[in-house]
Amino acid sequence: MSDFSAIDHGREAGFGDYVQLLKPRVMSLVVFTAMVGLIVAPVPVHPFVAFTAILFIALGGGASGALNMWYDADIDRVMRRTRSRPIPAGRVSEGEALGLGLALSGLSCVMLGLAANWFAGAFLAFTIFFYIVIYTMWLKRSTPQNIVIGGAAGAFPPMIGWAVATGGVAPESLLMFALIFMWTPPHFWALALFMKDDYSKAGVPMLTVTHGRAATRKHILVYTILLAPFALALAFTSIGGPVTLAAAVVLNALFIRGAIRIARRDEVAAEADGYKAEKAFFRLSLGYLFLHFGALLVETSLMPFGLGGW
Amino acid sequence: MAIHPTHELHGRRWSRNLGLGLALAALVAIVFGLTVVKVSRQDANGNPPGMSQGAGN
Repeated sequence: MSDFSAIDHGREAGFGDYVQLLKPRVMSLVVFTAMVGLIVAPVPVHPFVAFTAILFIALGGGASGALNMWYDADIDRVMRRTRSRPIPAGRVSEGEALGLGLALSGLSCVMLGLAANWFAGAFLAFTIFFYIVIYTMWLKRSTPQNIVIGGAAGAFPPMIGWAVATGGVAPESLLMFALIFMWTPPHFWALALFMKDDYSKAGVPMLTVTHGRAATRKHILVYTILLAPFALALAFTSIGGPVTLAAAVVLNALFIRGAIRIARRDEVAAEADGYKAEKAFFRLSLGYLFLHFGALLVETSLMPFGLGGW
Repeated sequence: MAIHPTHELHGRRWSRNLGLGLALAALVAIVFGLTVVKVSRQDANGNPPGMSQGAGN
């Protein structure tokens, strides 16, 4: 290739662009929750196998991020927030993102199967399928409940972590799933209230647009109330204990209080103080999930000293 | 006009090649590490841990 033709490709991708395709920020949540699921499981896992398993679960999450960016490139070009992503910005082609996503999906599922067990590998494959085919391709653009269904994909990682250790599913892992699944809608709808993204222009039916912002506020409250029993139930399982119960009581009380505040406000009040309550609720929701899973970790680490658990 | 041996584009290609190289090296190291762990945890019959009642007997 001559230097002239090389200079023509001035927008050629660097390594960082491919990393960006894997949605590293989403990956951090996947890594943390999968790690907790693996550590709190009753079957010990060799540290290197555990490290490898988490790595490939994260890579599987990244692969679904790349496939999501491939399929949603048309939406990403329209929305201000996503316009600088590698595909809309023209640094990576759609075909490259599809290829990378498919290759990493295959690699991560097979490697997880080899490192841990084939149930965990198949579970990761199902999670990628669910996120891409069920959520991204089908429901995201056809129902305002898209966030609810998409939340399931983000809720699977602790179950995969648990499956790495035990090779199966248990009430404890189902409750960890339920915690993230029920937490996702209020978390995202709070964001949707103050981010005011141009979803309608992109043809994505967001609840704030289809049912209005007042209905979204009520939805946040309903989901927050429905979330609390799952968080409390998790504290009474074999992986829970006094620390988890205390965390669940305090965090859910704060979360419900925040949701009531949001439900009682209207747009005029929210705009007057720059969406203060909505932003505070969103920040709290991040701490809510982190501290809940952190409490489970504390419980497990106290058990050798006869302190954690019931 | 002097010819610059490296264009900004070459830097980006270098980052891509280096990243890919490191990723492949990491994959090799992981597969090797996994092999060591799996082989060293086998029992005398070559069964993985917890499987000694299985095909080996």
